[in-house]
Amino acid sequence: MQKEAAIREPLILGHKTYHDITEDVCRPIEDKAPKMWYILFGIALIVGLYGVGCILYLLGTGVGVWGLNKTIGWAWDITNFVWWVGIGHAGTLISAVLLLFRQKWRMAINRSAEAMTIFAVFMAGLFPLIHMGRLWVGYWVLPIPNQFGSLWVNFNSPLLWDVFAISTYLSVSLVFWYIGLIPDFATIRDRAKKPVAKKMYTILSFGWSGRAKHWNRFEMVSLVLAGLATPLVFSVHSIVSFDFATSVIPGWHTTIFPPYFVAGAVFSGFAMVQTLLLIMRKAMSLEAYIHTKHVEYMNIVIMVTGSIVGTAYITELFISWYSGVEYEAYAFLNRATGPYWWAYFAMMTCNVISPQLMWFRKLRRSLLFTFFISIVVNIGMWFERYVIIMTSLHRDYLPSSWSMHYPSPIDIGVYIGTIGLFFTFFLLFARFFPVLALNEIKSILKGSGQSYKESPDYHKNH
Amino acid sequence: MANKVIYVMYDDDGVLKDGAKKLVSKGIKIADAFSPFPIHGIDPIIGVKNTRLGIMAFIYGLTGLTLATVGMRYFMIVDWPMNIGGKPNFTYLDNILSFIPITFEFTVLCAAHGMAITYLLKNKTLPGMPAQNPDPRTTDDKFVLEIRTADNSIDEKELDELIKDTGYIEIDKKNI
Repeated sequence: MQKEAAIREPLILGHKTYHDITEDVCRPIEDKAPKMWYILFGIALIVGLYGVGCILYLLGTGVGVWGLNKTIGWAWDITNFVWWVGIGHAGTLISAVLLLFRQKWRMAINRSAEAMTIFAVFMAGLFPLIHMGRLWVGYWVLPIPNQFGSLWVNFNSPLLWDVFAISTYLSVSLVFWYIGLIPDFATIRDRAKKPVAKKMYTILSFGWSGRAKHWNRFEMVSLVLAGLATPLVFSVHSIVSFDFATSVIPGWHTTIFPPYFVAGAVFSGFAMVQTLLLIMRKAMSLEAYIHTKHVEYMNIVIMVTGSIVGTAYITELFISWYSGVEYEAYAFLNRATGPYWWAYFAMMTCNVISPQLMWFRKLRRSLLFTFFISIVVNIGMWFERYVIIMTSLHRDYLPSSWSMHYPSPIDIGVYIGTIGLFFTFFLLFARFFPVLALNEIKSILKGSGQSYKESPDYHKNH
Repeated sequence: MANKVIYVMYDDDGVLKDGAKKLVSKGIKIADAFSPFPIHGIDPIIGVKNTRLGIMAFIYGLTGLTLATVGMRYFMIVDWPMNIGGKPNFTYLDNILSFIPITFEFTVLCAAHGMAITYLLKNKTLPGMPAQNPDPRTTDDKFVLEIRTADNSIDEKELDELIKDTGYIEIDKKNI
């Protein structure tokens, strides 16, 4: 058993036993769902289905139903794609990077953060797929032997790198998440009374035993997957940023993009984790496991990554002037003072100023304030992508092609729809899956549980 | 005497570990331990060897690396070379910078999935398999040691005496 400093705040509050942990996590799954769950699920599902309708209309009619024009050929689709991929960065960061750093507080949040990651990457993946227009030839992005003379996909293109990066990220995250879930499904399986539930959880738990050798392998798999997923997290958003950075559009052609996008992704991902967990801990009475200290840790991550993002914005502005390239200088001047100044202003306020408020201990430990800031950050990060994409495109080299972008109802419908689908998936997860990593929480109970830390024996022997 | 398997149940991981230490020091061979979470330090006591899955992951990773390299060389250099923005592509090495991202992704893809599949197969845990734990409470808050009489030469009564000292809460014997 690992000991930690007495002055370090306990991670599990109250006098919990191993059995209490099982009870607390399994009860919401075994009980009837509260009325609020049905209401939220209904709303999310309706919104999600509206989005599916919009997508079907788009597929039937063509990408022309989006508000694109000949100058702005990439707008809300890629904005939403990058936004969702960014949100999908917190989960694996929490479970992989923090595992390597032996951060025990991650254990309370990793399961739901990873679920969020997977659902967010689903939503992200939708946009490149539907923007092909002909969804059914989507498999052309894979290097499959074919009869077009054997014509291969272009491995020099960042867009193809993206295909590989996103699909690797999604599938590896899914596997990592599921391997952690197997022992917890076994816990639910062994408690289940109703035959259907018993059957379902038996299938899901793969016959997990909990024998010493299996745990030995389990820990090795978790560690190696974490080691593999860590560079993967950083590579994925770097590659997403290459979509822009390797082009020659002023405002995109920037070497600062990969680190800046990764920091932004972590920033927005943690904000979404906060939004979801602050509600979930209340609704499922998990306050003993996810409490102020966890929120504070996450707020510190938001503050640090927010500062990196802020520094990147200012560096970009400076370099656009310092480089002496007039097109670059104009792109940034136009970004801040042109017709999209309001989006730039929203981005600067939400992403640069709001995380700085977390320097105040009182504010970063306030749950209500955190919830508010987490929404602000999510909005800000959407505007960041919007600003980068829109302002760089709408002023062409040829002033006669200058243009503006106005989203069509389908643009808006698809975007809102993905939010609905995301919440539909997340609500299903919260209803049927163990939302805390039971086995991991139990393993830190004696080291970081309040009742154990306060007992006089804690710092004796061992 | 019929061969028996004895399941000794504890309600604390520390007690189980101390108990296992005591039994092993008396020369008892412990077949297995079941727990709701990994008990750190139990493996050397009951003689569970460290897994070699890490080596497997490395081999799968190398396989991915090789496949990606061979594949991209064939697609882009040998079979159908294309002039893309004037990027040099006369040999694989000329063009290697463009191939690094996918080489990396594919290495990770193969290492992670290869390892996960090996893990599930080695554990014999696959969708729909029946539960392998001796008592449903071992996935909640109970810890079980499995001792087989066939592994131990001492008399069953003596064994019972030794087990009694370890502070267990329940004992279950099954003929096999």
